[in-house]
Amino acid sequence: MDSKSGSAESIYVPEAVQRAAKILVVGHFAVGKTTLIGTLSEITPLRTEERMTQAAAQVDDLRGAPDKKTTTVALDFGRLTLSDELVLYLFGTPGQQRFVELWEDMARGSLGALLLVDPARLADTFPVIDLVETYGLEYAVAVNSFDPHSQHAEDELREALDLLPDTPVVFCDARDQKSSAHALITLVRHLLTHAT
Amino acid sequence: MTAPGEEQQVSSGFVRSYVITGGRGLPDAEDLSLVTLVTLAPESQPPPNPSPEVRAIWELCSGGYLSVAEVAGHLGLPVGVARLLLQDLHQQGHLLRRKAPPPAQLVDRKILEEVLHGLQVRFG
Repeated sequence: MDSKSGSAESIYVPEAVQRAAKILVVGHFAVGKTTLIGTLSEITPLRTEERMTQAAAQVDDLRGAPDKKTTTVALDFGRLTLSDELVLYLFGTPGQQRFVELWEDMARGSLGALLLVDPARLADTFPVIDLVETYGLEYAVAVNSFDPHSQHAEDELREALDLLPDTPVVFCDARDQKSSAHALITLVRHLLTHAT
Repeated sequence: MTAPGEEQQVSSGFVRSYVITGGRGLPDAEDLSLVTLVTLAPESQPPPNPSPEVRAIWELCSGGYLSVAEVAGHLGLPVGVARLLLQDLHQQGHLLRRKAPPPAQLVDRKILEEVLHGLQVRFG
């Protein structure tokens, strides 16, 4: 890239970039989404928020959700310039079921989702898988773990999460760039096998 | 929690957004997606007496392309509010946009191949 020698680090997307792609990093609270995004991002990860509108609150009411207050959801995201004309954004997306409106917005235009899993809190992952599948996102599972991959651990996890045989499972350390990149590459390879 | 008919509690952040947007409803996400890349058209002149938010978005967006999400993040605004300010710029003819990404159902192989290749080059 010809801008790499620029003096001050620019916050802007390189001029020649024509397109932006989006991949979601999903998982339950505190599973390591923001860590993984920070490990891979070329910019200091940014945070913004989406506010659930009143209309959504009313929809929630119809579904029996008791809370009518405006809810704010923090979104952390990072950016990777992947070629002269393409950037990729990684968006951390909270896995709570009550954020359905947010998920509609997030899922639209996404290539797929990297599902981060804490092997010690598998039950917390069930609702996240429900959301990913509801919105028709292809995904790969990244087990955020200090333990190395073992076939036994993978088999157990596949069974517990009831994964399809072709859903990739990788073990990764969200603090480690190579390891996190490997998880992301595994996801994109998987997405390619499903692309037409 | 509030009973039906009771006045809704709103956060101060909500009031602030309401003031910034002049009380208008927030635009739909279709128009300016989180990853739509935007910048100001060259030679654009800011309006006279801009509000602090309008001034800030002019300064930020005059430097080059950023995604809608990045505009919101840098300005410390909720996505919906940033979108509204950007839509104003668009309607005034000041905003340049890169082509929006296709919806998920139409993810084309070519983009995935480019993403894969880019990741392998970057981290391989």
